[in-house]
Amino acid sequence: MVYLTRKAEFSASHYYHNPDFTPEENLRIFGKCNNPHGHGHNYTLEVTVKGEVDPRSGFVVDLKQLKEVMHHEVLDAMDHRFLNKEVPEFFTKIPTTENLAIAVWQRLETKLQKARLHRIRVYETPDLFVDFYGEE
Amino acid sequence: MKAHLTRRYRFSASHRLHSAEMSAEENKTTYGKCNNPHGHGHNYTLEVTISGSVDQSTGMVCNLVDLDAVVEGEVLSRYDVQNLNTLQEFAQLVPTTENLSIEIFEILQRNFPHAHLERVRLEETMMNSFEYAGGNEPRR
Repeated sequence: MVYLTRKAEFSASHYYHNPDFTPEENLRIFGKCNNPHGHGHNYTLEVTVKGEVDPRSGFVVDLKQLKEVMHHEVLDAMDHRFLNKEVPEFFTKIPTTENLAIAVWQRLETKLQKARLHRIRVYETPDLFVDFYGEE
Repeated sequence: MKAHLTRRYRFSASHRLHSAEMSAEENKTTYGKCNNPHGHGHNYTLEVTISGSVDQSTGMVCNLVDLDAVVEGEVLSRYDVQNLNTLQEFAQLVPTTENLSIEIFEILQRNFPHAHLERVRLEETMMNSFEYAGGNEPRR
């Protein structure tokens, strides 16, 4: 089994708010992240796939296909967007780094040819990242 | 859905690697420049990885405010701008970064109840890093 990781960057804004909480609860739990005008991050996304090396091509996965899938399924949808208002998953889910990693996994999971997803890592800042391994 | 969250922190500390069980020559051979009697320092980078279910109402594994409070209160306040050799836990233990990772893991395990502690990783320099996952295999 060989693991391959492809990185991408995207810039997006978001804010944290639960409409079922009172304004005071939202402020207490989410602090400055509750600002309804949002704030932004340069996210780094790492997609790690795993598979056996194809003996003819020497590849675990066709990187060109992986790049296209990442662009089409994730980056085109999220880059330079306000996540809460423009990405359907985040109309009803808070766009925390955790939920972002899960959303990326769900967007990519069935779209890969030959290799399988091993891990999605999303850096919200250089000092904060979340890993999702597809576990329920 | 279960996710793993990692947060990075930084602290600066000095240490000297020297074992009372070794002769002066053995210490010099084993530890080289790190045996300098006056010690030397590092800017350490600490990564703490926790895991748990993503709370549906907050979208979080745990509130970062809680994690930061424990790391700052129990770890950074203890080790930042300190000479590790002067601390009680290193009276009989060589303050290698291996031993420091284990100490920090055990401190956090005792004091952080909000999520499962997966792993502590310490970068001593840009070239050397150490991970301790409580005796388990760190998740890759």
